[in-house]
Amino acid sequence: MAIWLDENSRVVVQGITGSEGTKHTKRMLAAGTNVVAGVNPRKVGQQVEGVPVFGTVADAIEQAGANVSVIFVPPKFTKDAAIEAIDAAIPLAVVITEGVPVHDTTEFWAYCQSKGTTRIIGPNCPGIASPGLSNAGIIPADITPGGRIGLVSKSGTLTYQMMYELREFGFSTCVGIGGDPVIGTTHIDALDAFQADPGTDAIVMIGEIGGDAEERAAAHIEAHVTKPVVGYVAGFTAPEGKTMGHAGAIVSGSSGTAQAKKEALEKAGVRVGKTPSETARLMADIMRSL
Amino acid sequence: MDLFEYQAKKLFAEHGVPVPTGKTATTPEEARAIATELGGKVVVKAQVKAGGRGKAGGVKVADGPDDAFAKATAILGMDIKGHTVHSVLVEEASNIAEEYYASFLLDRANRTFLAMASREGGMEIEEVAATNPDALARIAIDPLTGVDAAKAREIAVAAKLPEAALAGAAELLVKLWTVFVKSDATLVEVNPLILTADGRVIALDGKVSLDENADFRHPENAAFVDVSAVDPLEQKAKEKGLNYVKLEGEVGIIGNGAGLVMSTLDVVTYAGEEFGGKRPANFLDIGGGASAEVMANGLSIILGDPSVKSVFVNIFGGITSCDAVANGIVQALKIVGDVTTPLVVRLDGNNAEEGRRILKEANLSVVKPVDTMDGAAKLAAELAAAAA
Repeated sequence: MAIWLDENSRVVVQGITGSEGTKHTKRMLAAGTNVVAGVNPRKVGQQVEGVPVFGTVADAIEQAGANVSVIFVPPKFTKDAAIEAIDAAIPLAVVITEGVPVHDTTEFWAYCQSKGTTRIIGPNCPGIASPGLSNAGIIPADITPGGRIGLVSKSGTLTYQMMYELREFGFSTCVGIGGDPVIGTTHIDALDAFQADPGTDAIVMIGEIGGDAEERAAAHIEAHVTKPVVGYVAGFTAPEGKTMGHAGAIVSGSSGTAQAKKEALEKAGVRVGKTPSETARLMADIMRSL
Repeated sequence: MDLFEYQAKKLFAEHGVPVPTGKTATTPEEARAIATELGGKVVVKAQVKAGGRGKAGGVKVADGPDDAFAKATAILGMDIKGHTVHSVLVEEASNIAEEYYASFLLDRANRTFLAMASREGGMEIEEVAATNPDALARIAIDPLTGVDAAKAREIAVAAKLPEAALAGAAELLVKLWTVFVKSDATLVEVNPLILTADGRVIALDGKVSLDENADFRHPENAAFVDVSAVDPLEQKAKEKGLNYVKLEGEVGIIGNGAGLVMSTLDVVTYAGEEFGGKRPANFLDIGGGASAEVMANGLSIILGDPSVKSVFVNIFGGITSCDAVANGIVQALKIVGDVTTPLVVRLDGNNAEEGRRILKEANLSVVKPVDTMDGAAKLAAELAAAAA
């Protein structure tokens, strides 16, 4: 079992003809993902890695049965690509692109809300992988086999690190929600889905400085999540007022600190590791005790 | 990117938001000349990106040109919360009847835009929010419809502005919203927003933060960069397309992925506690690729920092395999040349064993491979302490 992405997922790649789009289409196919279509209005009828290119997302849905879109288009075109996917009412759109202006994201998120038919993951995220079933995005498929841990994270490489350290147990689904200040799917959305997923026994949640998403997630866990949750927060030593790589990773005054996030999570009963390795050990202990 | 007040007011004026007439000066002589040109009373305002300028003595009223010269002499070179004053804004003095507050900002938590406005202006808005929360109106703005005349009036009314200021404030708010949208700002703030004795509503101060992700559609923003405040290493890194932040410590850090690098800073800080408080010297994310060229660029920036006594290269091979990264490190050391600073390298993930073998075979005396992140952080801190 898995959340949001499984063996029935049929992926369309928006921006399939660009270098990133082509490279990761190849990787998704190699991971066994059912990539059924690409989109580029100027290259209709061509093929990329054997995948047919359509003019619009709507055509890819209608003619190839796509139900997941992965967006690799450059930042200046991302808003239009997302709106196209939302207009086509695709159930899941994964926005990999980094560097999208936050006004654009806020606008397509509002549009997405007004339509109510599409789940957005990202932007600035590595995507979602249900190991052994399907892979939508750039998460390496060969780190871990399938299993019963669910993972939700703001960071790509920390996701990979955690998948690697816990590969003996395996994962149901790993969701990289992205490091931008405004994102579609949140920690809370993933926590709820993992809580409801019979294929997930325990959850790893990775956060980082900036905003208050982790504090909100902590309150949500206390009220709604009964499965064991282990947490990690990056950026304890980040200086105030400096953006640390991710556009959303910034401590502003006294808000958004890692310490506040850790305290909120611990108050909600979440065991929080001091380092990624310690976090993995906490989860390994839980998995062995189940 | 945060703007100086004079830059914010330039944006305001471009979009029709009324601001007092004024110009910037970097010398007392210039301040005198501007005051002469403006005539009458002027205000001399320190241009620093910090709040509380007034309390710190950075804002003074001058009676005329000679007084403006004297006030500018006192203010230029002042230190306000760690910021040196390099320029002052000399403006016509306004006849203030009342002071209010207004802003538009990105509301991260609710993933939308927010208007905040208050009848209580001129003091720090955090103080108003804490002591008199009812006085601060917060109104969510739908990104799809924005702020029109009706919405602007709704904001002004919610802020309990007096009848005399309503029309002027609403008109200003519509234009301020245009600044917010057209400039791709994450914050536009006017504090105080004033009602003058003759009934006009004016932005007496301005604060703007811009979204750097939108720079591609704002080439004009390059002019806003405060070159004097940019760290030379950060500048060099930016030219090479690297994501680098200078920090205060001794252990140089290179990693792939923002989250992993933030985590590396933490782990090094913890490990450094055992070695007299050794700390990370920088944040540097070389991204998923980690090619030899990118690695060489990163290494040369880090080794160009004289405070760096050891380097920790922390790579998780995900998209790129570790053998490619190991080859990148070996080539990077050749490109940079004459490296004597020890390089603790931790490779994990995809093809890690092959990567470690490549490093071992290259037999480079400065490279110290360690298998775990925690172990590597400890060695890097220890080597930094030994070199000090």
